[in-house]
Amino acid sequence: MSELIHRRSKSFTLIIWVFVFFWIVAAGFPFLWTMWGSFKVQGDFFSKADWGYAISGLRTQIETGSSFTGDGYHGAWITKSFWKAALNTMVVVISVVIISLTLGTLGGYALARSGKKYAFYLLMLALVFRAMPHITLVSGYLLPFFEWNLWGYLPTAIIVMVAINQPFTLWMLHSFFLNIPKDLDESAMVDGCTRFQAFRRVIVPVMWPGVITTGLFSFLLAYNDFTVTATLLNNSNQTMVPKIASFLGTTQVEGNVMFAVAAVVSATAPLFILVMFFQRQIVSGLTAGAVKG
Amino acid sequence: MKNRTFFWFILPSLVAMVLFIALPIGSVFIQSLYIEHGAVLKEVKSCGPFGCKDEVQIDVAATSQLKEEKPLGKFNGFGTYTNRNHLAVSELKAAWNDSANWSIYFSKVYNLPFYRALAFTLTYTFIVTPLVLLLGFFIALGVNSLPKKLKGPTIFVSLLPMIVTPLIGSLILFWMIDSKGILGASLQWLLDDPNLSLKASPALTWIMLIIYGVWHSAPFAFIVFYAGLQTVPSETIEAAMIDGASRWERTRYVVLPHLVPLIVFISLIQLMDNFRVFEPIVGFSAQASATSLSWIIYNDLAGGEGTFFGSAGATSVLTILGVAVLLIPVLIRTWNDFSRKVV
Repeated sequence: MSELIHRRSKSFTLIIWVFVFFWIVAAGFPFLWTMWGSFKVQGDFFSKADWGYAISGLRTQIETGSSFTGDGYHGAWITKSFWKAALNTMVVVISVVIISLTLGTLGGYALARSGKKYAFYLLMLALVFRAMPHITLVSGYLLPFFEWNLWGYLPTAIIVMVAINQPFTLWMLHSFFLNIPKDLDESAMVDGCTRFQAFRRVIVPVMWPGVITTGLFSFLLAYNDFTVTATLLNNSNQTMVPKIASFLGTTQVEGNVMFAVAAVVSATAPLFILVMFFQRQIVSGLTAGAVKG
Repeated sequence: MKNRTFFWFILPSLVAMVLFIALPIGSVFIQSLYIEHGAVLKEVKSCGPFGCKDEVQIDVAATSQLKEEKPLGKFNGFGTYTNRNHLAVSELKAAWNDSANWSIYFSKVYNLPFYRALAFTLTYTFIVTPLVLLLGFFIALGVNSLPKKLKGPTIFVSLLPMIVTPLIGSLILFWMIDSKGILGASLQWLLDDPNLSLKASPALTWIMLIIYGVWHSAPFAFIVFYAGLQTVPSETIEAAMIDGASRWERTRYVVLPHLVPLIVFISLIQLMDNFRVFEPIVGFSAQASATSLSWIIYNDLAGGEGTFFGSAGATSVLTILGVAVLLIPVLIRTWNDFSRKVV
């Protein structure tokens, strides 16, 4: 009897392992493949004859003399000035993270400590705001921004992204602040601090784990945004994602898809590094809202 | 916390949300009631060697002046909502009268841009969401039974499809399923059909977009379920084992009920996110076979044929109404939970 259970669970384990293996391949292989292919010429990456060439790099060898080439990267970064888009992305992302977190910690702290009914209403309102498709909001901004000459500039996009991400930031930080014991700041206030002093002296030093996790998600939201950056920025202020989208329109005709491939790989690399270093925080952040709420 | 202190703490983030989320919702509604000015025409006598005749010309100066004075356009009431590109009321009626049966009627309705987008958006939302829950759950079960050393790297790789920019993720898949890419070429070889192109067929495009959606969102469900699995009380599982419950029974009657709140949470987030599906359509260049509500708004604003604020506004208002319908059950639920806690 026990042998039977043992045997059955063994085959079950095998099925599960095969399943997980397939998932890993589905999740990881596309990235590996594209990264490898970004160092080839177009004739190999999109091989008419045999996709095996993408691995061996036959045409790359014929065209450039070695199995790997940096032509795609050179074309994207230098010829098509992708470096400028990367710089813009850096400015946008850093500003969005800093401003979002500043506003969010203040608001999230207040929501966590209020205990009044209106705090709950505000959280519900934030949930409704969180559900709004970004493009519907953008269609509300465009005309006023055109009229007031605010359209096209980085600060405009930054402020808009901060506001759009605020509901999410508030929810997340609110749930982190709920985990910091109330006694901490209340005892500081008994000792004569004002609410703000208590926040600054007592809460700020212990809030960093939550703030870092929320910051990671703000980073991702800003970095991955296409809707706002594609519609609110002019060509010279473009960030990486809309720049890549614009490659699709122009370079495919010129036969330079490899520029886009190289740009895609370049834009994915920072995200890889982010996940590598902050995997634990990302996992805890994803579950923060769910497991507790 | 005192009301005054609360007010000052929340003020900056409230101002940001009111200015850039609440006001735009109002402003898209106002926008949707207006329509672009037509060109101002004037009659000019143009005289040539063969006599004079009256000609109608566009008065460029007057047109641009009118645009300057009234950037919103001229008042149109609910005209934009009922025109062919939106709710298409009269077209629906005509199709109803002309159609012999339901399938003809539906194919006629499907040719109207708004209903086309709505059909894809709803299909995408209600197919991707359950598949994400299912796949995420099974990955979580699988990873949970892996040896400890393998868990970290597995989670790392699993996070990638979710963390990567949606546009970039869809591009990466798009290049692979290109008929000259690895997946497209392999499929051609497998099905022995050298002309098979995933891009050419609408049905295949829909399937492709749905596969992308599941690939992109499954990690989120996986992580949440995986964290939930860590908190399943082991005593209950042991008790079930002693009572002779099989592995399947233990999963069905102990683990699954424990995860119900998580299922609600993931569904809520997924419904909200999938309803605004947009980037994959751009990434896959799928607009010929599949459009979404977000995509048609984007196309009105930045599609290259000019900007149509009235049309974009009307679609936005309709989309927001759709979101409201999706959210109402959740809001009622949360409301009841809260009232129970307070009372």
